Amino acid sequence: MIRLLVYLLLALAFAGPVRAQSPADAAYTRLASDSYAEIEASIVGLAASGDPRTAPVIQALAEGRLFYRPADKALFVKQGDAVTDARTGVPAPATEGLKPVRANNKVRRALDSALGTLNLLAPDPGKRREAAEAVFKARDATVLPALEAALSRETDAGVKRTLQEARAAVVLAKPGSTEADRLAAVATIQGRADGDAMGILRALSADPSAAVQAAAAKGVAAIETRLALIAGASNVWYGISLGSVLLLAAIGLAITFGVMGIINMAHGEMVMLGAYTTFLVQEAIRAHAPGLFEFSLAIAIPAAFLVGGGVGVGIERLVIRHLYGRPLETLLATFGISLILQQTVRSIFGPTNREVGAPQFMTGAFDLFGLSITWGRFWIVVFALAVFFGLMFVLRRTSFGLKTRAVTQNRRMAAAMGIRTPWVDALTFGLGSGIAGIAGVALSQIDNVSPNLGQGYIIDSFLVVVFGGVGSLWGTLVAALSIGVANKFLEPYAGAVLAKILLLVFIILFIQKRPRGLFALKGRSVEA
Amino acid sequence: MAPRTPLLAMIDTKGWIFLGVLLAVCLIVPLFNLAVPPGSPLHVPTYVVSLLGKYLCYALLALSLDLVWGYGGILSLGHGAFFGLGGYAMGMYLMRQIGPRGVYGHPVLPDFMVFLNYKELPWYWLGFDFFPFAALMVLLVPGLLGFLFGWLAFRSRVTGVYLSIITQAMTYALMLAFFRNDMGLGGNNGLTDFKDILDFNVQAQGVRVTLFVLTAVALALGYLIARFMTVSAYGKILVAIRDAEPRTRFLGYRPHHYKALAFTVSAMMAGVAGALYVPQVGIINPSEFTPTNSIEAVIWVAVGGRGTLVGAALGAVLINYAKTLLTGAMPEAWLFALGALFVLVTLFLPQGIVGTLIARLGDRKARIAARLPPEPDIPPRLLEEGRGS
Repeated sequence: MIRLLVYLLLALAFAGPVRAQSPADAAYTRLASDSYAEIEASIVGLAASGDPRTAPVIQALAEGRLFYRPADKALFVKQGDAVTDARTGVPAPATEGLKPVRANNKVRRALDSALGTLNLLAPDPGKRREAAEAVFKARDATVLPALEAALSRETDAGVKRTLQEARAAVVLAKPGSTEADRLAAVATIQGRADGDAMGILRALSADPSAAVQAAAAKGVAAIETRLALIAGASNVWYGISLGSVLLLAAIGLAITFGVMGIINMAHGEMVMLGAYTTFLVQEAIRAHAPGLFEFSLAIAIPAAFLVGGGVGVGIERLVIRHLYGRPLETLLATFGISLILQQTVRSIFGPTNREVGAPQFMTGAFDLFGLSITWGRFWIVVFALAVFFGLMFVLRRTSFGLKTRAVTQNRRMAAAMGIRTPWVDALTFGLGSGIAGIAGVALSQIDNVSPNLGQGYIIDSFLVVVFGGVGSLWGTLVAALSIGVANKFLEPYAGAVLAKILLLVFIILFIQKRPRGLFALKGRSVEA
Repeated sequence: MAPRTPLLAMIDTKGWIFLGVLLAVCLIVPLFNLAVPPGSPLHVPTYVVSLLGKYLCYALLALSLDLVWGYGGILSLGHGAFFGLGGYAMGMYLMRQIGPRGVYGHPVLPDFMVFLNYKELPWYWLGFDFFPFAALMVLLVPGLLGFLFGWLAFRSRVTGVYLSIITQAMTYALMLAFFRNDMGLGGNNGLTDFKDILDFNVQAQGVRVTLFVLTAVALALGYLIARFMTVSAYGKILVAIRDAEPRTRFLGYRPHHYKALAFTVSAMMAGVAGALYVPQVGIINPSEFTPTNSIEAVIWVAVGGRGTLVGAALGAVLINYAKTLLTGAMPEAWLFALGALFVLVTLFLPQGIVGTLIARLGDRKARIAARLPPEPDIPPRLLEEGRGS
């Protein structure tokens, strides 16, 4: 190994003078100077050379890791204890008497812009885009040639657009550019449509050319409209997202409360059990089959349905069965059950939050017309709608759904037709509870999985069901989404807490006006 | 139209027992606290006096809830809100009494306002340095909210479960509001660190005992008012509304007037309970508004026996005593016990302790009555006057 090093060093000793011919090497030598002006000029030269080896050197200089040997002005990069020759990147033996290459503010500015320019040519498109963004923000006229060079080489469409925007910003910032150039630049910047673009265009109100001024003013107006549209669209999206969470939490209740008339205060705890089921499924997968983690939610959904549904059937058989026709007593008994379930979970899992991981497809975000949408939220909306329509299908199109509706509409007649009403009661309650469990799987992705998880949703869920109209699934959907959207539109004006209070007050007043909710069932059975 | 029952005639046996026990407690507890030296085994420590005072406050809250639930069929899951509002009104008075003795030493502003950079007292704090005003607010604020809420809800015939849900939403909204610092009521921490009440040190033994006795008196008065309301003709109509609201309406009564009155009086009672609670406990914060608290109050009434008034008070004291014991000995077990209580009482003891006892005694009376000539349940005087109206 040592012998190899020696050979390498020898080879270097001979190769050195040959390399000194290239312009980059001249610049290297000037780096090891005492004069700041020399160093600065050298950095500019290195950046313009486009030599890929210069990037680490400049990086090292920016981080204070670049040293030179006063004797022969050879440059070395220190990385921890290891020292490498700056020109070749070959490890050098530890050398005594190295001096750091000095930098003052002017040199540092040159370094920053050099780093930006160098990254414009980096092989990674993400890095190139970042560099272009940096240029866009800095608007340094000296990088214009480098920008042009990068533009001519660029193949990625997205990076190319950012580069063009950066060039437009530089053109607008440069005092000498022609009016035609500037007008084109205004058009390019307008296409960007964000706060930075607006700032640049606003600054043009003092432009010597009237045409540019007018174009900039028009651009600002266009961007403002667009930003307002995006803000509105994002409010709607966040509202739908919040509404879908409410829908998930409330939809099981729409069955137990809406269809069966049972006030199930333990509904939130079914959601909580679903979330803990997800946690357990993920723990099992982590322990036994880490490869399946991507499918952990898909596995947790049926598991949570069974857990929630099973507990629901148990509660119905043991307690609620004895309380039909006494809704207020049901409320108290199920509240007691909710306390027991909470404390059970707290005793088993502890009072602290449990970590539920997100699979790959739930992470990250995508861009839709300037609107950033996270995949997690997107899938939850899709999931909520899928659960909603699935439930609709079960109730409308299956034999079980038919029996459920028959029993709720006329219990005695249904019994006379041979339907085993106690079973239908238990299974319907189980269905509602199972759906609450499924909701827990989704909510475990966005909320803290703690024994108190369900409590936070119970009041909201009841309000959604009552607001939508008891017994109407469509009403629940409309109520959840409209409460969600209204909440998000109020938030910017009133703040999150006040918005929620205002909505609660609104719903309380609304129920005074229409005690049966948005989509009231009509008929005599309502009064019963 | 209301029959003029002599005040004493309207109190039944269980009422006399209740008032007697209350009077005995009023005499014994102060005596054993003040007259018996601390070393003696009979001595009642001052903290126990305050603890008992707290139970009595809860009993008054339960009583107010029984008035609307037991007799009006209005299951309010938001009575904690009225309790909390009364408590806050008293807390604001106590805060103003601190004066310049706060940590920051500001002559007018309470500590939390100095901390939050308030320049002057918000308008709704004005007048709270004056005790009669604060006492009036203890009644008015919960009463007004109760009246508005009740009037609107009962007029639109929001009943049963729907009413329960919106009362719960009401206390939930208030909780969120009181948690905000911008509310100017201490936010998360609430109001605490009280010094004086009516220029007496709120921590002093004598003041604690006085507060306890006052609470017992308030409870007795609350009982008398509720009892008076429920045995009067008004009370009969209230019960009629509870049992068959549409039928009562068709008979020409306006149920919402009757229900709104009961709800308002009940809210005021809950407010007084809260106001007496705050100086004895030494703090009021937004957690009093949590819906869980209000539902817990409902179970006190259910355990004691709704529609009995005395039972509600008994249930509140019993359950809170059990809570003190259990949370001290086995904190984990308390929620299990409370949860089981909810389930078991609704399943097996729907009339509560007092209700069941009365039914048992009634059975025995009925058995005896079967052998004896029949005797009207209602005093003859009442019957006559009922006919006369």
